[in-house]
Amino acid sequence: MIKLVALIPLFPLLGFLINGFFGKKISKGLSGTIASLAVLASFIISILIFVDLEEHKEITSHIVPLFSWINSDTLKIPFEFLVDPLSSWFLLIITGIGFLIHIYSMGYMHDDEGFARFFTYLNLFIFFMLLLVLGNNYLIMFVGWEGVGLCSYLLIGFWFKNTAYNNAAKKAFIMNRVGDLGFLLGIILIFVTFGSISYDQVFSIASGGNHATVTAIALLLFIGAMGKSAQLPLYTWLPDAMAGPTPVSALIHAATMVTAGIYMIVRSNVFYSMSEEASQVVAIVGVTTALFAATIGLFQNDIKKVLAYSTVSQLGLMFLGLGVGAYSSSVFHVTTHAFFKALLFLGAGSVIHAMGGEQDMRKMGGLKKALPVTFATMLIGTIAISGIPPFSGFFSKDEILAHTYEHSPTLWFFGQVASMLTAFYMFRLLYLTFYRKFRGTHEQEHHLHESPKSMTIPLIVLAVLAVVGGALGLPEFWGTTNWMHHHLDSIIVHKNPSILNHEKEWMLMGIAVVSAGATIFFAYMVYIKNSILPEAHDYKLTGIKKVIYNKYYVDEIYDMIIRKPLDAMSEAYKYIDTKFIDAIVNGVGDVVNGSSSVVRKLQTGHIGFYIFGMVLGIIAILFFTFIK
Amino acid sequence: MLGYTITQWLFGTLSFLAIMFALMMVFTRSPVNSALYLIMTFFCIAGHYLLLNAQFLAIVQIVVYAGAIMVLFLYIIMLMNLNADEEPRKHVVTRAIAGIIGGMLLFVMVGALRGAEQLQTVQGGASQIGLVKNLGKVLFSEFLFPFEIASVLLLAALVGAIMIGKRDTNINSKETINN
Amino acid sequence: MLNGIPINFYIMLSAVLFIIGVVGVMARRNAIIIFMCIELMLNAVNLMLVAFSTLHNDANGQVFVFFIMAVAAAEVAVGLAILSMVYRNFKTIDIDLLSRLKN
Repeated sequence: MIKLVALIPLFPLLGFLINGFFGKKISKGLSGTIASLAVLASFIISILIFVDLEEHKEITSHIVPLFSWINSDTLKIPFEFLVDPLSSWFLLIITGIGFLIHIYSMGYMHDDEGFARFFTYLNLFIFFMLLLVLGNNYLIMFVGWEGVGLCSYLLIGFWFKNTAYNNAAKKAFIMNRVGDLGFLLGIILIFVTFGSISYDQVFSIASGGNHATVTAIALLLFIGAMGKSAQLPLYTWLPDAMAGPTPVSALIHAATMVTAGIYMIVRSNVFYSMSEEASQVVAIVGVTTALFAATIGLFQNDIKKVLAYSTVSQLGLMFLGLGVGAYSSSVFHVTTHAFFKALLFLGAGSVIHAMGGEQDMRKMGGLKKALPVTFATMLIGTIAISGIPPFSGFFSKDEILAHTYEHSPTLWFFGQVASMLTAFYMFRLLYLTFYRKFRGTHEQEHHLHESPKSMTIPLIVLAVLAVVGGALGLPEFWGTTNWMHHHLDSIIVHKNPSILNHEKEWMLMGIAVVSAGATIFFAYMVYIKNSILPEAHDYKLTGIKKVIYNKYYVDEIYDMIIRKPLDAMSEAYKYIDTKFIDAIVNGVGDVVNGSSSVVRKLQTGHIGFYIFGMVLGIIAILFFTFIK
Repeated sequence: MLGYTITQWLFGTLSFLAIMFALMMVFTRSPVNSALYLIMTFFCIAGHYLLLNAQFLAIVQIVVYAGAIMVLFLYIIMLMNLNADEEPRKHVVTRAIAGIIGGMLLFVMVGALRGAEQLQTVQGGASQIGLVKNLGKVLFSEFLFPFEIASVLLLAALVGAIMIGKRDTNINSKETINN
Repeated sequence: MLNGIPINFYIMLSAVLFIIGVVGVMARRNAIIIFMCIELMLNAVNLMLVAFSTLHNDANGQVFVFFIMAVAAAEVAVGLAILSMVYRNFKTIDIDLLSRLKN
C-alpha cells in the first residue's frame, strides 16, 4: 500500500493538467467534479496508507524512491517520498480538508467566469502541498514550498482585474520570498555542514553538529517558517491575502499552506531540540505574534480580516508550542485549527455569499434566522476556537499552554491573554454578524438565503470534526491516552515529558475555561446587552483604539523603512544610470562614430590604393620581423 | 674566360636577360608586347632551372607557363582587343611612389635575407633530385594525396572558369534585342 | 663538374624579379598586366625554392614548385575568366576606373 504513495500527488497533478488544458472546453460541473474527484482519490489513498502504517507499527518510516533527480559529482539528490506518521497525518489533513473545500467551492464559485481556472489552481496547490509534505529531503520540500507560494499568488490575485487584489497577491509573494531566502540559506547550510539534505541522513548525524551551526540552521529555517506561516515580522501578507475568494482563504490561509512552517519545524525538530536559543526565539516570536495579532483582531470590522488575524494569532500559539518543545501538541493544534478555521472561513464565505459580497460586519446582523445552518456551524467553530470544553480547540490549546507553563510561566501568561482575546473577538464577530437586527440595505435583506447543499454539507462535516476533534489528544492526566502524542513519538527526537502535577494541570485548565467564559460574557454584555456597535466611521476612533484599528501602522512602518528608502535609492540609481552610465556608453559610441568617419576616408574603393597599402604592410612586417 | 666558369657565365647571362625582360614586360605599354616579354622571362627562368639540374621543372615551366598560361593571356588580350593607347598611364607621382616603395621593399628583403645562407654554393651538377625519375618517385609516393587533390582543384577551376565565362542567357537575349 | 654559384646570387635574383613584379602591380593600370606581374612574382618564388631544393639536395622544394604551377594554372584560368566577364560588363579592365568597391 505504501508503494502507492506516488499516486497521491499524481491525481491532483492530473486534475490540474486536465483543467488547465481543457478547462474552457468542458462544462463547469465537469471541471469541478474532476478536480474534486482527484483530491478525493488522493484522500482515499491517504487513508489507506495511514491505516497501513497504523497496522504495521514495527516500521515507522518508509522511504519510497521514485527516481534519481539531481546527480552530479558530490551532489546526489534522489526524488524520494517519505511516509511516516507525520507526513501521513498531514496528508490526511491536506486531502481531507482540501476535498471538503473543493466541494464547497463548486457551490461558492458557481457564477464565476473563471471557474475552471479556479479549480486548476486549487489542484495545483494541493499537488505542491503534497509534494512539500511527502518529500524525503529539503529540496523537494523547497519545491513544494515555492509551489504553494506561487499558487497562493495566483489564487489571492484570482480576481486579477482588481488592482488592490493584485497588489495583495504581489505582497504575499514578496513577503514569502523574504522568508524563502532564509529557508534556502538554511538548506544550503545543512548541505554544507552535513553533506546531504535527505532527512534520514541529516538527522542521523545532526547530533554531531557544532552548536553554533545548528542554531544558525534552526534560525534560518525559522525565517522561512516566519514567511510562510505569517509570523512577526513577516505576517502582513496574510490579512491582505483575504482578497482571494473565500474558499482560498479557508484552504490556503487557514488550513494548509500556513501550516507548512509548522510542518517544517516539526520535521526538523532535531535541530531545535539541540539549540535552546533557537527554540527560545521561536517561542518568543510565537507568543508575540499571538498577542499582537489578537489585539489587532479586536477592532477589525471586515469579517474575513478578523478571521485572518485570528489565524495569525493561532499560528503564533502553535509556534509557541514548537518553541517550548511541545511538537506533538502543535501538530494537534494544527489539526484542530484546520477543522475549525476552515469551518469559520467557509461559514464566513456562506455569510458573504448571502450578503451579496458584503464583508463589513457593521452592515450585517440578525442573520441567525436567515442562515440557520451557517449560524449553527459557525457557533460551533467559534466555541471551538475560544477554547470551551469539550470542543476540539480547548484540548489542543490547553496542551500547548500547559507545556508552556512548565517551560516559563511568563510565556504562559501572554499566551493565555492571547487566547482570551481570541475568545472575545470571535464572539464579537458572532454577535455582530448573527444577532440583533439586520443593518444592511433593504435589497440585501430581501436577498438573504441559506447557501446551497454543496456549501452547507462541508460546513456540517467540518463542524462535526471541530466538535469531536479533541478526542485525538485527550489529556494524559485524565487517565486517557493522548493518541496524537503517541502517534508522533517516532518523529520527535527529544521527548518532553510532562512534569506538572495533576493539581497544576487542573488549575491551568480551570483558568483557561474560566477566563474564556468571562471574556465571552464580557463580549455578550458589550455587543448584546449594551448594543454597542463599532464606530461607523474610521476617523472617529481615538488613541490606542485608533492605533490598533490601523494594525499598529505596521504596513505604514514597513512602507517608511523599506519602500521609501528603496524608492529613493532607485531614484538615485536612475540618476546615475541616465547621467553617468548612459553617458559613458553613448560616449564610446560617439567616439567610434567620430573616429570611423575619419578612418573611413581610407576606404577609397581604388584597387591601386589598396595595393599600395598592402605592399607597405608587407614591408612593415618584414622590417619588424627580420631587421628591427 | 676572365676567371669564370661556363656555369657562371651562363648564370650571369640568364640573370641579366631575365631581369631585362621582366623590366620590359612592366614598362612596355602594349599588352601584347608585355605578354611576349614575360614569355621570354619564363624561358630565362627555365634556363636557370636547367642550370640547377631541375630538368623536369624546366620542361614544365616551358610547357605550362610559357606555353599554356601565356597563350591564354594572349588570347584574352586579343579578345579584348586592347591597344597601347587605350591604357592611360598612371600619374607620374604614383609611379614615382611605386618605384620608391619597390626600392624600399627590395632593401628590406635583401636585409632580411642577407644572413640566410652565407657563401654556400649550389653544386647544380651534383644534385640528381631534379631528374624526372627521382622527382616522380617522390611525387607519387610521398605526395600522392596532394597530387590527386591538385587534379580535383584543376577540375574545379575548369568548371569555375566555364561557369564564369559563360554568357548569361538573359544578357544574351537583351543584346540580341539591342542589335 | 661545373663550378657552383653562391646561393646569395639566387636570392638576389629572385628578390629583384619579385620586386619588379611588385612595382609592376603598383605602377600599371591594366588588370591583365597586373595579373602577369603576379605570375612573375610567383616565378621568382619558384626559382628560389628550386635553388634551395638543389642546395639541400631535397626534393620537397621542387615538388612544391610543381604544385605551385598547378595552382597557378587554376588561378589563371579562373582569374582570366573573371577578367573577361568584367570586360564584357564594363567595357574596361582599368583598375582605376573599376571603383565599384567604393560605396
